[in-house]
Amino acid sequence: MTSDQGLILEFALNKSDFDAAGEASSKIKRMLQQIGVKSDIIRRIAISAYEAEMNVIIHAQRGTIRAAIFPDRTEIVIEDEGPGIADISLAMKEGYSTAPDHIREMGFGAGMGLPNISRCSDEFDIQSTVNVGTRLKVLIRH
Amino acid sequence: MKLSEVQRMLQAEVICGQEWLEKEAESACGADLMSDVLAFTKERTLLLTGLTNVQVIRTAELSDLLAVLFVRGKRPGQDVVELAMAKNIPLLVVDCTMYEACGILFSMGLRPCGKRVMEGDV
Repeated sequence: MTSDQGLILEFALNKSDFDAAGEASSKIKRMLQQIGVKSDIIRRIAISAYEAEMNVIIHAQRGTIRAAIFPDRTEIVIEDEGPGIADISLAMKEGYSTAPDHIREMGFGAGMGLPNISRCSDEFDIQSTVNVGTRLKVLIRH
Repeated sequence: MKLSEVQRMLQAEVICGQEWLEKEAESACGADLMSDVLAFTKERTLLLTGLTNVQVIRTAELSDLLAVLFVRGKRPGQDVVELAMAKNIPLLVVDCTMYEACGILFSMGLRPCGKRVMEGDV
C-alpha cells in the first residue's frame, strides 16, 4: 500500500508463534531490497525489526509490526498487548532479561534485544504500561 | 576464506548449498545465542552453532550471514533445511565440537567478527 505515509507494510504477531517469527521482518527486508535501499541500511532495519518481532512473540499476547518506508527513511512501529515493561531503563541494559529458560534455549532472551535495536536505529522511542502493553518506534535513515 | 576451504579443513558435510561453496567468508562467529549474533556479526560471516532451530536461519537471513555450520554432528530438521534453501543459505555439519571447529578456522586465518553491528552507547 502506498500513501502519503510512505509504503506501508503491516503484520500481525502472536504469542509463542515461533514458526512465524521473522517472517514479517523478512518481508520488510525483501521490499527494501526491491526498492534499492543500501544493504548496510537494510541490515540495520532487518535486525531491528526481527529483534522487536521476537520481543512481541516472546513476551506479549499479540501485537503488530508496521513499517512505513519513505525515500529517505524507514519507520517501524511495534505495538503489543501484554505485560508491559515495569522498568525501561533496566530493560535497556545489556544482559537484563525476563525471558524464561525455554526461550534462552532457542537462542533468544539474552537481554540484547532492546539495546541492539537502539544501537541500530537513528531514533528510538519506547512507551510501556504495565499489564497493558508496549509501543516501540524506531526510525532509520536511508 | 572460501566456504570450500572451510569444508575441506573441517571435513564438513554439505547439507545444502553445494553450489555456493565458492563464496568468501570474511569472518566467523561461534555462538548459540542468536541475540549475540544479531548484535555482533558483520555481513558475509560464517556462523558456527550448536542450535538447529528455524531461528538460526532467520537470524542468518536477516543479518546477511554467508552460511551456517552446525557443530557436534547436530543436524537440523527438514523444515530448517528447506527455509535455508529458499533463502540461499548454505548449511554444513561437522562432528567436532564448537571449540575445535573455531580453533581450526582461527588458526587458518579466518578472522573473528568482534565488532558490533553499530558502535556506540545505547
